[in-house]
Amino acid sequence: MTALSLGPYAPFIVSSYLLVTVVVAILIAWITIDYRRQKQRLRELDAAGVVRRSGRSATEFK
Amino acid sequence: MTLLDLANPTRFLTLTSRLLPWLAGLTFVLLLIGLYQSAMAPDDYQQGATVKIMFIHVPNAWLSMFVWGVMSLAALGTLVWRHPLADVAAKAAAPIGACFTFLALATGSLWGRPMWGTYWEWDARLTSVLILFLMYLGLIALWRAVEDPSRAARAAAVLTLVGAINLPIIKFSVDWWNTLHQPASVLRLGGPTLDRAFLIPLLIMALAFSLLFLTLHLAAMRNEILRRRVRALQLKQASQLP
Repeated sequence: MTALSLGPYAPFIVSSYLLVTVVVAILIAWITIDYRRQKQRLRELDAAGVVRRSGRSATEFK
Repeated sequence: MTLLDLANPTRFLTLTSRLLPWLAGLTFVLLLIGLYQSAMAPDDYQQGATVKIMFIHVPNAWLSMFVWGVMSLAALGTLVWRHPLADVAAKAAAPIGACFTFLALATGSLWGRPMWGTYWEWDARLTSVLILFLMYLGLIALWRAVEDPSRAARAAAVLTLVGAINLPIIKFSVDWWNTLHQPASVLRLGGPTLDRAFLIPLLIMALAFSLLFLTLHLAAMRNEILRRRVRALQLKQASQLP
């Protein structure tokens, strides 16, 4: 194994890895925020007294 | 637990809540190992250090096609078997597939500039992957344009299956046409032509990105099931208004 040395192509290599990191981070954040938003909406519906067809609470996620 | 049990969204949510923390942890560990292996890989005699871009470009390129394949199977599940989770799976996969395709194009472009002397070339491989990216965007737009999820699902399923024609075109574009893009060096008859020093980090990164997709896909499917539950309850609430 050799030590990390990027040479004259460093800007292209670093940009590639940074871009992948940023896009994956945005994807994870979007999915996490979306999950919290849906749970919040279900809590609001539960508080308004709306129950599922099965009679179970809207906030019963499992 | 059988496949039939998983058809029940509530059971699917239970399974997902158990699986997701383990999958996320495993993905994180594999990504760390893959990144370390990529950083320590030697320079290629032709590509120099830019070979390190391959360790993220290739997994994203593979996944861009694999995700469309998953969506095509889900489309069959929607149209043929009317599986309740099939269109949930297809809808949840599209944005993730679009991101992988974008990353395959962008990292390929960043590799192409120092190696080919250009960021972009209208050759068969690059153009067919660009078309795949545009099809992902079209599919996402279709899902957002039609309010009723079941109607949107059928239209999206047909579009997905038509779009699947592009997958063999992408795969074999480097064999069928004279392209700037190099031919397959891992997934080919006769085995990989890559040296172990490059093959091992590449396969670890491919496995890590595949697990990343599985983790994100399950999480996005869970969100979609909850979104549909919200929609159903909002409709019920509206119907109860005086």
